[in-house]
Amino acid sequence: MNPEKLLEVKRLRTHFKTETGRVTAVDDVSFHVNKGEILGIVGESGCGKSVTSQSILRLFDEKYLVKYEGEIIFKNEIDLLKLSKAQMRQARGNEISMIFQDPLSSLNPVLTIGFQIAEAIMLHENTSKEEAMAQAVEMLRLTGIPSPEKRVHDYPHQLSGGMRQRVMIAMSLACKPRLLIADEPTTALDVTIQSQILDLIEDINKRFDMGVIFITHDLGVVAELCDRVVVMYLGQIVEEADIYNLFENPKHPYTKGLIQSIPHMDGDREEELHVIAGTVPSLENVPVGCRFAPRCQFADEQCNSQAPELRGIGDGQKVRCWHAEQIAERKEEVYATS
Amino acid sequence: MKTYFLKRILSLIPVLFVVSIVIFLIIHITPGDPAAMLLGEEATDEDIHQLRVQMGLDEPLVVQYFHWITEAVQGDLGTSYFMKEPVMVSILSHLAPTISVAIMAGIISLLISIPIGILAATKRGTNTDRTVMGFSLIGMSVPSFLLGLFLILLFGVKLQWLPVAGYRPITAGLFEHIKYLILPSIALGSMHAALIARMTRSSLLEVLNMNYIKTARSKGVGEFLLIMRHTLRNAFLPILTVIGQTFGSLIAGAVVTETIFNIPGIGQLIINSVERRDYAVIQGVVLFVTFTYVLINLLVDLLYGVVDPRVRLSKK
Repeated sequence: MNPEKLLEVKRLRTHFKTETGRVTAVDDVSFHVNKGEILGIVGESGCGKSVTSQSILRLFDEKYLVKYEGEIIFKNEIDLLKLSKAQMRQARGNEISMIFQDPLSSLNPVLTIGFQIAEAIMLHENTSKEEAMAQAVEMLRLTGIPSPEKRVHDYPHQLSGGMRQRVMIAMSLACKPRLLIADEPTTALDVTIQSQILDLIEDINKRFDMGVIFITHDLGVVAELCDRVVVMYLGQIVEEADIYNLFENPKHPYTKGLIQSIPHMDGDREEELHVIAGTVPSLENVPVGCRFAPRCQFADEQCNSQAPELRGIGDGQKVRCWHAEQIAERKEEVYATS
Repeated sequence: MKTYFLKRILSLIPVLFVVSIVIFLIIHITPGDPAAMLLGEEATDEDIHQLRVQMGLDEPLVVQYFHWITEAVQGDLGTSYFMKEPVMVSILSHLAPTISVAIMAGIISLLISIPIGILAATKRGTNTDRTVMGFSLIGMSVPSFLLGLFLILLFGVKLQWLPVAGYRPITAGLFEHIKYLILPSIALGSMHAALIARMTRSSLLEVLNMNYIKTARSKGVGEFLLIMRHTLRNAFLPILTVIGQTFGSLIAGAVVTETIFNIPGIGQLIINSVERRDYAVIQGVVLFVTFTYVLINLLVDLLYGVVDPRVRLSKK
């Protein structure tokens, strides 16, 4: 049985107008999320994870700032990129909602948290303010905030970081969306709080059979939470795999490098951490061939001159690399410690 | 909250003290003699000297200042040499026109500046934005006396829609009252309107970049509510500061406007008093204006707490 696709992104390109010209932050990205699935999007800072997620909700200013290309098919029928502004507004927060990295700056400081949750409800459902506030209390209870009747009247600065993120989650769930996009929701939190929030997201995912796109740079979190993973590098997907294959059988040298740079608890403390040499090049200066070639120790003539396509290699795994098969064979560590 | 209020009121004292010394010195150092002014050109030196002694002007400055300030702290600002009435009475009788103009100018400038500031911010980078900001630049650069003269020429003399100058108290009817206020208020308020419009625009633009605006968009808030509910209140603190400052200077700025439009307000009182070297009145008015200015700024500070809950809490 094939799982039902909730969201399918097809050949998405997001161009930004900048003073120096056009920059393509997301370049030909295709992936899908099934109903009730948690899809991870992984990559270093600046690889286009956040831009991809915000493109799905069309949060950028389309008049002056961005131009989208491609298709974003929701529930097998609607192309989000073809919706009018008003239709898109109806979908936001209602069908698809989003939580962000820093819960303090993502909540409006001058409005009570109760109102901010109730507002989402009032925007999409025909309810009175009292009803919406009552529902807000229920949402706060659902996300595990103690004595929610009192907390609804609090302002964001009166809550702790973890509580704020629970409020964000309560707000995003208020209208029972089909898809939740979580953009690094745990990055700004303490490790203990982090795992509580991850549990909460997993719980909600199971309980409401809701699709989740989980964006992170933390592979540990991915291992804990996600069913399938998309690895991004410099605006493109370089590998897509289910969670098992990603860790056991990574095909792309970048993925391998990422996995090897996770510190091991049982490792020798004298042993240095693995790093991927170099940094992500700027988007204004994209390499001609494979975008990862300048940092890849396997790069050859072909890699430097021709850009590889994302290709399927069986078992639902996809990779964007000329030499994936040969590299995958090599069990030894691909990166020398520096 | 109460202790905060008390603290702020107490901090007024050193400000007023410093101002009182400065204004006292400036007045007494500038050449001119009230006794000579009072007696006219035909007075003999003997007469003038006698009057000076009578008025206490022959005493050392320190002693004079001490006399004045001890009475001032008891609420007695002295007696006008020319009008022969307590300074407080003169101030109060000239206060109504000035406050009328200031309030009217405040209303007009807010009604214009905030909407166009919002307009410019939401249409940033477009021709609308550039036009609005261009006009605000003109508004800030044209001095109020020049604008006042142009307004009189156009609306008073050419079109004859509004009276050229003068003032009617509110007892003469609200319509009549307002009719005389419009031109001076525009002349006085345009510079402030320009300043507040610019502040509104830049403050809104800053808030529009905040993460919580993205959050609001992501839950489906439309552009109108986004500005009105999520942006404006956050952007309002710096705007409020400018409003407070400008409203304070509306009273000070009345000096020029009242002269041009011949309005019998505080501004005219002070101009006349300077010409007559009526020391007591000048000192009284300046002290009074300083007091109002500081008071308005205190009021603005208290309003911060109403606008932003974070300020409210930290002051408890």
